[in-house]
Amino acid sequence: MSGHRSGNDAGTTSTPGAHAHDGESMTGAASLVRSLEAVGVDVVFGIPGGAILPLYDPLMDSPSVRHILVRHEQGGGHAAEGYAYATGRVGVCMATSGPGATNLVTPIADAYMDSVPMVAITGQVPSSSIGTDAFQEADISGITMPITKHNFLVTDPADIPRAIAEAFHIAGTGRPGPVLVDVSKDALQAVSRFQWPDRIDLPGYRPVARPHGKQVREAARLLVESKRPVLYVGGGVIRARASEELRRLVDLTGAPVVTTLMARGSLPDSHPQHLGMPGMHGTVAAVTALQKADLIISLGARFDDRVTGKLSSFAPGATIVHADIDPAEISKNRVADVPIVGDAKEVISELVVAVQAENAAGRLPDLGAWWAELDSLRTRYPLGYTAPPPGEISPQHVIQRIGQISGPESLYVAGVGQHQMWAAQFIQYEHPNTWINSGGLGTMGFSVPAAMGAKVGQPDKTVWSIDGDGCFQMTNQELATCTINDIPIKVAVINNSSLGMVRQWQTLFYNERYSNTDLHTSHKGERIPDFVKLADAYGCVGLRCERPEDVDATIEKAMGINDVPVVVDFVVHRDAMVWPMVPAGVSNDDIQVARGMSPTWDRED
Amino acid sequence: MSKHTLSVLVENRPGILARVAGLFARRGFNIHSLAVGPTEVAAVSRMTVVVDVDELPLEQVTKQLNKLISVIKIVELEPTSSVQRELMLVKVKADLQTRTHVLETVELFRAKVIDVAPDAVTIEATGNSEKLEALLKVLEPFGIRELVQSGMVAVGRGSRSITDRALRSA
Repeated sequence: MSGHRSGNDAGTTSTPGAHAHDGESMTGAASLVRSLEAVGVDVVFGIPGGAILPLYDPLMDSPSVRHILVRHEQGGGHAAEGYAYATGRVGVCMATSGPGATNLVTPIADAYMDSVPMVAITGQVPSSSIGTDAFQEADISGITMPITKHNFLVTDPADIPRAIAEAFHIAGTGRPGPVLVDVSKDALQAVSRFQWPDRIDLPGYRPVARPHGKQVREAARLLVESKRPVLYVGGGVIRARASEELRRLVDLTGAPVVTTLMARGSLPDSHPQHLGMPGMHGTVAAVTALQKADLIISLGARFDDRVTGKLSSFAPGATIVHADIDPAEISKNRVADVPIVGDAKEVISELVVAVQAENAAGRLPDLGAWWAELDSLRTRYPLGYTAPPPGEISPQHVIQRIGQISGPESLYVAGVGQHQMWAAQFIQYEHPNTWINSGGLGTMGFSVPAAMGAKVGQPDKTVWSIDGDGCFQMTNQELATCTINDIPIKVAVINNSSLGMVRQWQTLFYNERYSNTDLHTSHKGERIPDFVKLADAYGCVGLRCERPEDVDATIEKAMGINDVPVVVDFVVHRDAMVWPMVPAGVSNDDIQVARGMSPTWDRED
Repeated sequence: MSKHTLSVLVENRPGILARVAGLFARRGFNIHSLAVGPTEVAAVSRMTVVVDVDELPLEQVTKQLNKLISVIKIVELEPTSSVQRELMLVKVKADLQTRTHVLETVELFRAKVIDVAPDAVTIEATGNSEKLEALLKVLEPFGIRELVQSGMVAVGRGSRSITDRALRSA
């Protein structure tokens, strides 16, 4: 992916002044700050503590690195992710040893699952104490081994510049991901000569960007011969910044496109060939297109279980072209007929050229019948929702109106659950990097801190956190960080007074026995806590909307407040459900458009 | 499932064994044996991993191993084009009546006796898995008191060197 083209994630990670301090004697802490400056870091989200204290002293004097003091390390980690999503640069978070470091585990795992470029820097107990169960000691490099792209334990101050340079290089290139650098306290305190590395020398790390020409030509040949092709677009296209190239391929081939949860915005939703999102809560047209395809061209997607449903029944008639920068994704779940290893930007560019060559030779696909079928599905089964009981607010309507009023230039950051799916379905995305969410790990509590990080990265954009009442209660302490540091995000709490997605499953699969999903945040007049008062306590503006006729006016009011964060408590209909749905472990052929309602497949029209 | 022998060249850094072993564990791959040691290049260690997998999962094992930054190169060694050895030390009961028979067996398998006690001998044997299994089968009736075995190590036949080639392209 193309994170390595600019900014702090450049391959050799140097700003012009990278060598300015070469040979100077300084503490490890100072050399760490110099190193962050050298790779072009402008923001770090973190919290100090014992083991990392030496680093915080020189950090105070850095002319270019801004440290934002968060209220919980998890918030710092998700903020770094939000920053990375919104800017394409490597996000940075920082914590002390032990509990500080372990609080970063969730965001690190999140970044690993969603290929977010991130560097986490943690303090460690002095090297002489490592392994003794010292105060605030945790083996964070051991703990994060399976959830980082790579990690370092540094105990020699002379190794710090190289570790930082390598960490940023690894995080931002190839398939991006999180890298942790754990530095012992004595390494931060000891003095050594600063030496910035001239080049990155990692014999075991050589990501392949350029695809194999023969494979690309084979994909193009299959594409022009196919009667029922689908372009299956995943988050790799966003990370590779390949939206323009994708648009060219889509226009050239006339093929239908589906964009996964991680790829929303990679092709404008307004594009006529866009069928929407595939998967468990995808559109009928997108899910069915994949099921009935004779050719699937997967671009930066990974055949996740939430997309394929029961794997053995997924797209039974399709030939699979699988392009990914990570060779391990290819044929991991579904065996690929044509594997292509490469950066999505390069793969798609070359695919465009190869298809043009096929077309020039007179080979053009006829997709008329395929489109007739798909258009009929789109018309018969559009996304929609049932009206709520009179006087109650439909959560889908709230989210749709936020998208319409705030518009496609805004950034939308979701938590995890029903509100996340509705935000993926009912907001119209027209640009890449405007939709930010926790896809792979499904981390509740992601939204507020990630929105904060996104707003820091894109201060001129309107940033909406679309959150649930459950998620919001996991990380809302970062509202304090937002207020104090002038990060005016807008939070829409889609408040159904319950863990909505879990409740939906209880409704559908557990005989409506609602075990431990009632949150008491709005139902029957209970407000524990009262989100408006909570917002007020954090120095934010708190608004509440409880009547359908007030939805637009409340959103407009929130749009007008740009000096402090706004929290809107939208009290919504509790029994609203996410549709369509393919239940877990079931074939995509059994998609339901509403409870107990499956589409009819074999109508003749 | 079938056994495959992978030679894995890794950077000689702390934690690499944990990275490789952890990867096998969490991805559910079955390790039959694992041996690590230095190579002719100081910065490089070599692991010989024998895995019990089918063809497709084997491809996943290799790809996932390759994603580890400290892994430099992976080569699958085919049994026909490589030499494979394990080391076994086995302590067998051997009193005055049985000792001659035990020693004959040792002789037959070109093994060695490396320690002798009044009622036992310790035998050192090297070879491929089949040979060692055969030896054990013959020794079993005498009474095996203690058995210890190394992981398999293997090297390709002929003059080519995988370390050499890996580092040249580095």
